[in-house]
Amino acid sequence: MFAYCTDPASLDGLAWLSCYLTTGKHMNFYWSFGTVLLLLAITAPTALLFGYAGASAARSTLAPLRWFGQIYMAIVRSVPDIVFFLFFVIALDQGIEYLRHVTLCPDWDQPVRQGNDFVVCTAAKMPLGNAPQWMHEIYGAGLAVLTFALVFGAFAANVLFGAMRAVPRAQLETAEAYGMTRRQVTRRVLVPQMWVYALPGLSNLWMVLIKATPLLFLLGVEDIVYWARELGGTKSPRFTDYPHGDWRVYYFGFLLLFYLAFTKVSEVVLSRLMARLTLGQATAGGEAQRKAA
Amino acid sequence: MSCAQTIADYAFRSLGYGERLLPRSDFTLCQQFTLIGSGMIWNVYFGVLALLAGFALATVLALGKASSRAVLRKPAEWFVFLFRGSPLFIQFFFAYFLFQSLSSGYPMLSGLTSAWAGALVVLFFNTSAYSAEIFYGALQSIPKGDTEAADAYGLSGWSRFRRVIWPTMLRLAWPAYTNEAIFLFHATTLVFVSGFPAIQQRGDALYYASYFADKTFNPFVPYPILAGYFIVLTLIVITLFNAINRRLNRHLPSDARRRVKYRPQLVR
Repeated sequence: MFAYCTDPASLDGLAWLSCYLTTGKHMNFYWSFGTVLLLLAITAPTALLFGYAGASAARSTLAPLRWFGQIYMAIVRSVPDIVFFLFFVIALDQGIEYLRHVTLCPDWDQPVRQGNDFVVCTAAKMPLGNAPQWMHEIYGAGLAVLTFALVFGAFAANVLFGAMRAVPRAQLETAEAYGMTRRQVTRRVLVPQMWVYALPGLSNLWMVLIKATPLLFLLGVEDIVYWARELGGTKSPRFTDYPHGDWRVYYFGFLLLFYLAFTKVSEVVLSRLMARLTLGQATAGGEAQRKAA
Repeated sequence: MSCAQTIADYAFRSLGYGERLLPRSDFTLCQQFTLIGSGMIWNVYFGVLALLAGFALATVLALGKASSRAVLRKPAEWFVFLFRGSPLFIQFFFAYFLFQSLSSGYPMLSGLTSAWAGALVVLFFNTSAYSAEIFYGALQSIPKGDTEAADAYGLSGWSRFRRVIWPTMLRLAWPAYTNEAIFLFHATTLVFVSGFPAIQQRGDALYYASYFADKTFNPFVPYPILAGYFIVLTLIVITLFNAINRRLNRHLPSDARRRVKYRPQLVR
């Protein structure tokens, strides 16, 4: 990175450290923070969408749809999270490949499951065997995001379902009295008002989601945990210009600090958002704000 | 090989007894049930011990956090923030590497690098922090009348705490604490997927479930079995905690008792 970094062996102290911390691999490490934040930024709205769909399904007047929503909320919440993460990634992958197999290779006569193997025709492989490396990475990350969204969607569904029920009934009745259809009531009255009730639950969920991001590592994404293990391990002088002992404890200490800071920032932002949303609402929080003003 | 034989071979495999080699091919349903069940021993071990020890530390931390003296309050607040604000997964990694570098300096600490002690310490601190927050919340919402009545009876110091504050705190905190306990049992699955190695393939239930899923490339059998075991474990925990809850609230009329409501969270 810097001009004086050409011969690291001759450096020591801060100069050495500044060179060490700017190697190509460290740049990858820093970028992986971006990856995690990006995945978080994609996952959160997706999970919210799944949650909204789940909550709407659970409120539906159609019985099968309602059961589907309720079962979705119940099942995902009663088993350890990580089991779902590990399960869904393989299950989704196999599900997608199986569907493609059925549509793309209709004249394939062998069973898909042969003993311990899962065999689909070459055309049905996802991504295709000859696809470039980045396609594989994107696909892997996509599966991870979908898995996260499925699991967190169930939790979000539960929160939104509760929030929708918390909107005062009188508000909805008034809207009905004005002659609004069910859809109009939902869009103009229910949804705008439910957020204030949903926010405590959703902010809790956000905190949990932040703390779930290291599990991306288990799903095969090259995230910060991956790089911290990679960079922290003992490096012998034979393979690198920057030999050092086992430094993983420092790297993981840094990750710990990163998460603590992230949590703190989120707390501050969410409490501001909450103050904003409660403004003028007929809740205890809104009342307290009115009195303070 | 009959199922009884499999159970005899693998029932205590997770503790290192019985057949040394794990099954490598032709996996039967019985093998999967037995080995995953064998792994559950670790989940129960971690959960029960961390919960018991954590209960004591959590009470101390909650009192510390509610204290008016900054010397007591600040450390408790920092402890709770540290363990609640960071992912348990990272805590496991960090602790493992920390114990490793410590044990090179102090050989007597080398036991901590193995899961049975090291991961237990992390889970113990973690559940203490989460429970402390619950107990702290309960301490804050003890009805003023209760403490005033205690003062009026001339109770003070230890007897005031032991007879009035503590029971009321537990009563208020119990429904949330039940969830924390369930949540802790779920969190024990993280031990062997983080830094702590499963020596000689002695792992917990998730370790064996993912072993089978990797070997058979079929997640639809081992993970549902694991889920089934956890649902049973969760039901047992709920039953036990409900019994304690009834005992705590036995002086109240039955309709005024607060019911334990199952509100699970995930990942911590």
